[in-house]
Amino acid sequence: MPQGPIPTTSAVLDLAQPLPLDGGQSLENARIAYETYGRLNPARDNAILICHATTGDQHVASPHPITGKPGWWARTVGPGLPIDTDRFFVICANVIGGCMGSTGPASIAPDGAPYGMRFPVITIRDMVRGHVALLDHLGIARLYAVVGGSMGGMQAMSLAVNWPEMAGRVLVLAATAAMPAQNIAFQEVGRQAIMADPAWQGGAYYGTGQEPHAGLSVARMSAHVTYLSEATLSEKFGRRLQDRAAKSFGFDADFQVESYLRYQGAAFTGRFDANAYLYITRAMSYFDLAEDQGADDHGTALAAAFAGSRARWCVVSFDTDWLYPTAESRKIVHALTAAGAAVSFVELAAPFGHDSFLLDVPALDQVIAGFLA
Amino acid sequence: MSLRPDLALIAAHIPAGARVLDIGCGDGALMAALRAKGCDARGMELDPAGVGACVAQGLSVIQGDADTDLAFYPDASFDVAILSQTLQTTKRPDRVLEELLRIGRRGFVSFPNFAHWRVRVSLLWEGRMPVTRLLPVAWYETPNIHHLTVSDFRDLVSERGIGVEDAWFLSGDARIGAWAANWRAEHAVFQLALPRG
Repeated sequence: MPQGPIPTTSAVLDLAQPLPLDGGQSLENARIAYETYGRLNPARDNAILICHATTGDQHVASPHPITGKPGWWARTVGPGLPIDTDRFFVICANVIGGCMGSTGPASIAPDGAPYGMRFPVITIRDMVRGHVALLDHLGIARLYAVVGGSMGGMQAMSLAVNWPEMAGRVLVLAATAAMPAQNIAFQEVGRQAIMADPAWQGGAYYGTGQEPHAGLSVARMSAHVTYLSEATLSEKFGRRLQDRAAKSFGFDADFQVESYLRYQGAAFTGRFDANAYLYITRAMSYFDLAEDQGADDHGTALAAAFAGSRARWCVVSFDTDWLYPTAESRKIVHALTAAGAAVSFVELAAPFGHDSFLLDVPALDQVIAGFLA
Repeated sequence: MSLRPDLALIAAHIPAGARVLDIGCGDGALMAALRAKGCDARGMELDPAGVGACVAQGLSVIQGDADTDLAFYPDASFDVAILSQTLQTTKRPDRVLEELLRIGRRGFVSFPNFAHWRVRVSLLWEGRMPVTRLLPVAWYETPNIHHLTVSDFRDLVSERGIGVEDAWFLSGDARIGAWAANWRAEHAVFQLALPRG
């Protein structure tokens, strides 16, 4: 059950070496902001790396410093919880490209000005390079497990494929091995909304007193819908009107669902940087775990990517998730099967759409606890 | 926890340390027993509750359908592949049986025998689909969509050139001999392999 704040260590690592990037550039003076929970044991073999989703951050089980809300996975990570901090040393780092302390487009470039759009385009694997540098710094050669949902699941798979010796177990929730066209499309809508906002100013809005809040808010609204299920929206809002008895015959937020989305969009701008949203969604759109494998058939290429994996895998999807549907998880599972990997897979019934991995799904708690046991 | 008799029979005939795929593994009881004797056991199960129960025990189980999801396993990737009480629930038992012996070097198949005398009596005297201990569900909701008999199974494996290495028969929870098994056995367990060469 969710509980009060748990003992947390917040820290920042300044990388001594430039971080090489898939795009060919490298990131100078990169910084990784991270949190840890629990204690690393003397054998250094009880570490679990949790990778956060698109708009998540390192505050996995500690209150968010801006919103004050509980950590995004406080219901799952803590003493006696499925990811038990009495037993495991849990690490969660803000991805590079992010805006919660790790180097991203809002950070100051070596020339003293914010990067803005001069920040190099990064990939999911680049994010994982940052995590690996952090693990090296912490003296962790092998993780007990790497865990992630959605974009976090992509990072977990990328780590297991590109640094196979580092992953003992891999838990992938509501993710995909290659971003499908529908998801690329939704993310492009979000990015175009940001870039169409005059306040975006080509990304050079830092210090101008104007930020593309309208564009970022629309991006968040459209994305937020994709995280929910039709059933959730119908049950929560239906066609009910917001604080009024009749339609206004105008363009106010007549419907509760409109009001809710506007609130979600506006709240998001208070905690997230628009350029970081551009870079992180770009990295997701670029994600294809099999692209380096060269086989024509994607399933074959994906199996080649997984070949030789000695990790134990667990893949979970949710029946109402239409953004990362079960078919995407099955592709991962089929490729792992073809590669002979030890894999478990379950599609869980949960009403909350893609967000199910973050919410109250007791069957998920059992799967996580059982898989990590 | 004691193992279902057909599962105990299968477990007893699998060597320690074998790589095993249990297709239709239910709640993982056989896999857990095999793991205890050092086998690398993997499973497939259609029912998500069963998969959840398996994963919660640390077993590697895929939620999948024997009719469609076996195709992704490489040839001869397991020493043993098992279909316990599963064959009669598949859409194409013949194809599933071929997949079983493509994936596993050796196969175990257990199934309820539809020619058991109680089933025959039920059909002959009452003219109704039987509801018995091993077939407890009415015809309209049973998962057993391809009932078969010991003789049917022997015909199929012989027609497909599959070798029967051993066979065991159960009445109640007790082993019985092979004599008139098609009448007397409630339940049959076959150990199969393709001829070498």
